[in-house]
Amino acid sequence: MGDPGAFLDGNALAGPLSEILSVEPTTAWWRCPHCKRAGSLAQLHLYGPEPGITARCPGCAYVALRLVREEDHIWLTLGSESGAFRFRTA
Amino acid sequence: MALAWLPARLVGRRAQTATARSLVFTVPGWPGHLPGQHVDVRLTADDGYQAVRSYSLAAPADDDRLELGVQAVSGGEVSPYLADQLPPGERVEMRGPLGNWFVWRPEQTEPVLSVAGGSGVVPLMAMIRAHRSAGSRSLFQLVYSVRGPEDVWYREELEDGGPFLDVRFLHTRRSPHGAARASGRITAADLREPTARLDPVSPVYVCGSTGFVETVGDLLVELFAGRGKEPATIRTEHFG
Repeated sequence: MGDPGAFLDGNALAGPLSEILSVEPTTAWWRCPHCKRAGSLAQLHLYGPEPGITARCPGCAYVALRLVREEDHIWLTLGSESGAFRFRTA
Repeated sequence: MALAWLPARLVGRRAQTATARSLVFTVPGWPGHLPGQHVDVRLTADDGYQAVRSYSLAAPADDDRLELGVQAVSGGEVSPYLADQLPPGERVEMRGPLGNWFVWRPEQTEPVLSVAGGSGVVPLMAMIRAHRSAGSRSLFQLVYSVRGPEDVWYREELEDGGPFLDVRFLHTRRSPHGAARASGRITAADLREPTARLDPVSPVYVCGSTGFVETVGDLLVELFAGRGKEPATIRTEHFG
């Protein structure tokens, strides 16, 4: 992620999402609404981590989620054009 | 549930290859972890700039001592610094343990196949070490693709792993003298025998670069389809 040799898949979302979710997220099941491919959150392809993380479908690159970290907030967008949730983390 | 950032102190560094390092940190208050899990490492510069990266744990926790595997990649913002410049005794922060997807649990008794490309061996090494220390009598197989013999991490442990560890080295560019297999990328032939030894519910772990993981995933799906059986799940982890 932004560092050759670092994680490039949804496994790396475990840390950032642990700040706002109470359940370990990487085993979560997901089906792409565009290409219908199904799998776990761990299998999503990641881009980032700066300025934010974008997780895409490994099959068709549909945006599954975007996550932006600010000092006291996390902005989370699920899917495309659905608006961002702002979580206070501090 | 937000995990706390814990202070971690570098206490050991060992070269695995010319560019790969084992780093040992002490992390007071570490809650323990499962083989295959990772940590987020946070570095803070003097000016307050922070960078967070994920690294795989290479061994089961030894009390509050954690071993990471770090491959220095030129052009990387964090990995060359961690690998070779972070001074012993220096503090960083860690968050974890992270991830329940790419995990092997010692109570699993099915034969296992793991496939590593280069530094992808790190989380698999944590599984192999846990498998050994649990005294597991199920077969743990590792197919390990490297460019040449000098790129093998953990060589001693892998070559002397006992009767329940089966390791095959695949050399993509330079094979050792007298090697039966010609140098080259992984093919279905390299996976035929290891996959034949699996149970229908055996876990399969693949870790390496994106291209490697996709290639191996395709080969496995073909092999399993050809035999009319499927492993429970092919679990993958990849990096750039």
